[in-house]
Amino acid sequence: MKTMLAIISNALCRMTGRNAGAQTVSEGARVVVSRSFADFTPQATFDIKKCDLHRLEEGPPVKAELTREQGLQYYRTMQTVRRMELKADQLYKQKIIRGFCHLYDGQEACAAGIEAAINPSDHLITAYRAHGYTYTRGVSVKEILAELTGRRGGVAKGKGGSMHMYAPHFYGGNGIVGAQVPLGAGIALACQYQGKNQVCVTLYGDGAANQGQLFESYNMAALWKLPCIFICENNKYGMGTSVERAAASTDYYKRGDFIPGLRVDGMDVLCVREATQFAADHCRAGKGPIIMELQTYRYHGHSMSDPGVSYRTREEIQEVRSKSDPISMLKERMLSHNMASVEEFKEIDIEIRKQVEEATQFATSDPEPPLEELCNHIFSKNPPLEVRGTSPWSKLKSVS
Amino acid sequence: MRDFHRSAPAAVQMTVRDALNQAMDEELERDERVFLLGEEVAQYDGAYKVSRGLWKKYGDKRIIDTPISEINVLLQAGLRPICEFMTFNFSMQAIDQIINSAAKTYYMSAGLQSVPIVFRGPNGASAGVAAQHSQCFAAWYGHCPGLKVVSPWNSEDAKGLLKSAIRDENPVVVLENELLYGVPFEMSEEAQSKDFTIPIGKAKIERQGNSITLVAHSRYVGHCLDAAAVLAKEGIECEVINLRTIRPMDVESIETSVMKTNHLVTVEGGWPQFGIGAEICARIMEGPAFNYLDSPVTRVTGVDIPMPYAKILEDHSLPQVKDIIFSVKKTLNI
Repeated sequence: MKTMLAIISNALCRMTGRNAGAQTVSEGARVVVSRSFADFTPQATFDIKKCDLHRLEEGPPVKAELTREQGLQYYRTMQTVRRMELKADQLYKQKIIRGFCHLYDGQEACAAGIEAAINPSDHLITAYRAHGYTYTRGVSVKEILAELTGRRGGVAKGKGGSMHMYAPHFYGGNGIVGAQVPLGAGIALACQYQGKNQVCVTLYGDGAANQGQLFESYNMAALWKLPCIFICENNKYGMGTSVERAAASTDYYKRGDFIPGLRVDGMDVLCVREATQFAADHCRAGKGPIIMELQTYRYHGHSMSDPGVSYRTREEIQEVRSKSDPISMLKERMLSHNMASVEEFKEIDIEIRKQVEEATQFATSDPEPPLEELCNHIFSKNPPLEVRGTSPWSKLKSVS
Repeated sequence: MRDFHRSAPAAVQMTVRDALNQAMDEELERDERVFLLGEEVAQYDGAYKVSRGLWKKYGDKRIIDTPISEINVLLQAGLRPICEFMTFNFSMQAIDQIINSAAKTYYMSAGLQSVPIVFRGPNGASAGVAAQHSQCFAAWYGHCPGLKVVSPWNSEDAKGLLKSAIRDENPVVVLENELLYGVPFEMSEEAQSKDFTIPIGKAKIERQGNSITLVAHSRYVGHCLDAAAVLAKEGIECEVINLRTIRPMDVESIETSVMKTNHLVTVEGGWPQFGIGAEICARIMEGPAFNYLDSPVTRVTGVDIPMPYAKILEDHSLPQVKDIIFSVKKTLNI
């Protein structure tokens, strides 16, 4: 029976031109989504948490539709980010990654949910906890890990490191807390200026939410009705300082005052997707900026030099892991609605593990950037210039 | 490691971190108006653990955790705040206040309003923290009248200069170095005293020599001493001057040395253009030591690029001991 289904499904895939190889080979029957003659439910509707609203009559829907294909894709994205971050942890402890390394595990639903609701032609900017977004915005695990290990195959050729990775329509990766927010408002201005119906997603954390420059950005975005989705990833701690000790108001979705806001369950990828869709529609309709607060959690400390347990308890971390893990939640939903099989998820996990291992291989064997390129990329579109080295006799060359 | 001299038997080893901690502890105890504020300085014990134990000892009133709002530099009338910047890169968020509200106020008020405030934190390059976290601000702050700027190297420098800064009636910028925090140095018996201070504006001769003068501040003092040890084997005796203070700079000490050695090399981690070495060159030309120079002054500096991340690139972006040795020989025409 299973073999026959596999043969039929393969035939269908060839006929419809779908890339059957993209999905894992599994013992369970694989089906093309538009056909539902096999074991799995092709689509289901899930209840999601209602968002708290600020200056909005209505919010995103409280039910989300999920197709099997979408579910597997979100799972794959989140699990890839998870495994990539855990690999980075390992490499850092082996001293193969150095400097700063701020890991994203626990927050995967935010990056995955946002990307699911926007287009590749939209824009996104975030702070230093950026590896997840670098991936969702299109950079391969290989190029991310190679950047972390400082090799020439890294997305920034080894010159940027953890906090400075970029891609088309992805503006980093920014090291100075809050400084990316005015930049995001500026990108939104460019969107408006160019009139291509694009939006800019501008992310920041609960720590950055108290920076004055954010409020300047809020003012200008609202005044000029810029298509800017301000998103606060509230993971409850700004480095070692809990939100209660840093903010006079922890209702981050209301901090934009005259800007409408939503508070969203950031651990639920569907909730994030629906809210982001709502927000993007708001901006594209010319209504101006909107703020989303994603309530999320990071399992690691602030960075690799922070054990993360001096200001919060291990019990708290464990509780979030067991009750609200974004990847587990999605998996359980799909399993309970018979949208996929346990084996299928296992296969995906194995595949991702392999992908991350291969990326690690590359990231640890690729050579370091060549010294001749030390001074390149000072200026853009500039004739080559001479750069002073460490002494007056050291004359180095810089090309654009 | 440093070349430890035999000194008074009561000398102890102390890291720069502990020396800074001790300085703040002593000054907090001595003067009730002194308090410390900054990100993570209290309950976290400090991002780099420099303020470890102080919150436990002095409590919420004297050791204050702030939100991430560098610009909230407080001009607390009658109080003497120590403002910690997690790194001086973040001080740019507050630099308007440091210059326009702190540095210039005593002048603008013709003496009515003084600003006894200390800004301290790590400055310059660390290890692998890339472009936005590696800049040296010695030249930027050293440029401004109304500010005092110090840059300690070893533990005695750290303790003595920080205590002087806290006791000073003026805004003082204390440029520490993260890579030096964990390095132990000898603390003389005198330095262990609660009243030990080092005068702001006075450089120190760390090593005497006749062949050539090396001037540096912070971490590069150590590099110069290392270079001097290697060069001594070839009969070149370097006189190494630890600037200790960037502003007001002790040019006289440099001049006295140059008039003896006839050669000068400056060493710094910051960028060359408009830097510490550039200022030293200008001052030497304007004073009596110029006529004693047998060759132009050589500046050894960081490479004129934003700091790259990859280790091989980062290593080649900053002065290494071998660069200093090379520059000494070129300057001496050897």
